[in-house]
Amino acid sequence: MPTLTYRDALNQALREEMQRDPDVFLMGEEVGVYQGAYKVSRGLLDEFGPMRVVDTPITELGFAGVGVGAAMVGLRPVIEFMTWNFALLAIDQLVNSAAKMRYMSGGQIGVPAVFRGPGGSALQLGAQHSQAFESWYAHIPGLKVVMPATPADAKGLLKSAIRDDDPVVFIEGEMLYNLKGEVPEGEHVIPLGKADVKRPGKDVTIVCHSKTVAVALKAAEQLAADGVDAEVIDLRTIRPLDQEAVLGSVVRTHRCVVAEEGWPFAGVGAQVADTIQREAFDELDAPVLRVTGADVPMPYNKQLEKAAKVDPARVIAAVDSVLYRD
Amino acid sequence: MATKVVMEALSPTMEEGRLVEWKKGEGEPVAVGDVLAEVETDKAVMELVARAGGTLLKQVVAAGATVPVSQLVALIGEAGEAVENGAAPPKEEEAQATQPTPDRNRPVSTPPAPPAQAAAAAPAREVTGRVKASPLARRLAAERGIELGAIRGSGPEGRVVVRDLEGASAQRAAVAPAPAPAARAAAPSPRPVMPAPGGPPYTDVPLSQIRKTIAKRLVQSIGPIPTFYLTTEVDMERAWDAREALKALGEGPKVSFNDIILKAVATALRQHPACNAWWQDDRIRYWNEVHVSMAVAIEEGLITPVIRHTDLKSLREIAAESQDLAARARERRLTPEEYTGGTFSVSNLGMLDIDEFTAVINPPEAGIVAIGRIVEKPVAHEGQMAIRRRMRLTMSCDHRVIDGATGAQFLKTLKTMLENPLALVW
Repeated sequence: MPTLTYRDALNQALREEMQRDPDVFLMGEEVGVYQGAYKVSRGLLDEFGPMRVVDTPITELGFAGVGVGAAMVGLRPVIEFMTWNFALLAIDQLVNSAAKMRYMSGGQIGVPAVFRGPGGSALQLGAQHSQAFESWYAHIPGLKVVMPATPADAKGLLKSAIRDDDPVVFIEGEMLYNLKGEVPEGEHVIPLGKADVKRPGKDVTIVCHSKTVAVALKAAEQLAADGVDAEVIDLRTIRPLDQEAVLGSVVRTHRCVVAEEGWPFAGVGAQVADTIQREAFDELDAPVLRVTGADVPMPYNKQLEKAAKVDPARVIAAVDSVLYRD
Repeated sequence: MATKVVMEALSPTMEEGRLVEWKKGEGEPVAVGDVLAEVETDKAVMELVARAGGTLLKQVVAAGATVPVSQLVALIGEAGEAVENGAAPPKEEEAQATQPTPDRNRPVSTPPAPPAQAAAAAPAREVTGRVKASPLARRLAAERGIELGAIRGSGPEGRVVVRDLEGASAQRAAVAPAPAPAARAAAPSPRPVMPAPGGPPYTDVPLSQIRKTIAKRLVQSIGPIPTFYLTTEVDMERAWDAREALKALGEGPKVSFNDIILKAVATALRQHPACNAWWQDDRIRYWNEVHVSMAVAIEEGLITPVIRHTDLKSLREIAAESQDLAARARERRLTPEEYTGGTFSVSNLGMLDIDEFTAVINPPEAGIVAIGRIVEKPVAHEGQMAIRRRMRLTMSCDHRVIDGATGAQFLKTLKTMLENPLALVW
């Protein structure tokens, strides 16, 4: 199996879907001539031409709206946001138009669009460019929210997102684009709504997604050296949430820690914890603990930024707590 | 609007009941006071009586099902009235559509209490002070019959967590007073008649409510295996003569008293299948085959080789096999199949001049007989003082499986056989 970077896996998924279906097109700032701010669309303009790889001005609200309209008349647009921070300008198109269209048209009009781009923090980009918004979009009925953590998942999930008949918010991990991993060639499709056991274990469940998957795996490795066998569940899709996978794991381990990059209040972990306490109350030997980003705007200062992010040490501390080892 | 009939607390301690039999079918008219069904509580079989009249619209629960108190079991209403499926949990006033009455023909150890009193009889702890425990620990403690209040929790602020339940039995023993075993000795329990050899090797019997209650209480009282002991003294004169006669034949393997006892135990077990059983936590496994384990002391400790189908073997076969097993046990050359799977055990310390002792049960078996030495002593015999060879037998019983009278009946048969060795070939 070839080894690809996360960005090249996304590029492969886009190319294969554009080859497969002439209705698929890519639109956004610098996706064409510059080949993508993060080089995800490298080579696509040459292969598919300016009608299918469309450079836009800096007009998030505008081109997101064009994407919704194109989808309503039957095309399958992939709208790239340079980052999800900039997509705040277009959120009306996602929430008020894309998410509601099928419902408000009595099922007559769907919006088969994918909105994609990097989310979360990188290194010292400051408070306005370091935000994890997945819980915002997951809150909205009508939107699916997908967040791959590995190159293989990036390819398989993007192909599913493009083929999905409803709007999909596809949040890539900023800082993951250079991550390398084996990626199956050709038809590799991962269904939306299915979590993945990234590491099996029996003592505690660590639920994570996107960038925190690597953090959780590192924590699990250190815990294993200490005799604790942690299971790492990568949600992959935030909505629909794979409750079955989470509950199945908690029934085995009886303890759960949720790690996420976002802020604590009303975050994804809150939804996971609610599901567990409701559906698996009698399986719990400890409260579900959440490890999140600090409840502050992301600091620019390097050391403060490091302190505000989820890291393996904080995940291990939470695991120790639910195992009553602290 | 249909009236909901719920499982009533027919005794103060009842938490769930088994609906033994429906007395009214669906569509049958029901008058106030009619018996709707028979319910097995933790104490007895009682009647569930209708308070509302009309037609029995629906039996929500099938006969044989066990349901918790206050769960919906039936709907009463007007004939032809539509009933919704999966009706909502009943409200308190609806629960009074039934009222318990004891069946005069059945033994009832505790009079049924009205719902208000039943609530008051719930464990005081729930009202006065809460034990902090994780939901999982709470559930497992309930399943294992462990009282949470007796356990020191190691979690934050004394929260009882799963790891605290390990080894909880020792703490239990200190808090709960021992119940009188005799009070429960005659408790009825479903027990199979042992079928002829060649059938299935065992029969699993799910635990009845009374058996569950007995098991729960006894474990709280004594520990993982609530053991009690029965002792009797056997006149061994005839067994002695029989052995001398066999020896005099000079053929085949030498028959020991232990071999005679193994044969007698196996034969007695066939007559008392209730003692030939395994405790399996949620059921009792009544074995249809008899495999007697015999305790053999070896240098490293103790091992219990098993003589398969002991009851079907002749004394000569048992003697040959026990000698072979014992010899190989001392050389540690037994295979695991040869020392597992027994259904009952015999332990003998007579050769070490022990008069009487209590043997430890070999789980999951439910009983073991401890054999003392044969000793000449003066006893009253047929109205006169006589010197007779006597031997003391002590049976250890797992009270969750074997009740006092059951064990005693088995022991009586065993004694009769040893005192009349011809019975072994009868």
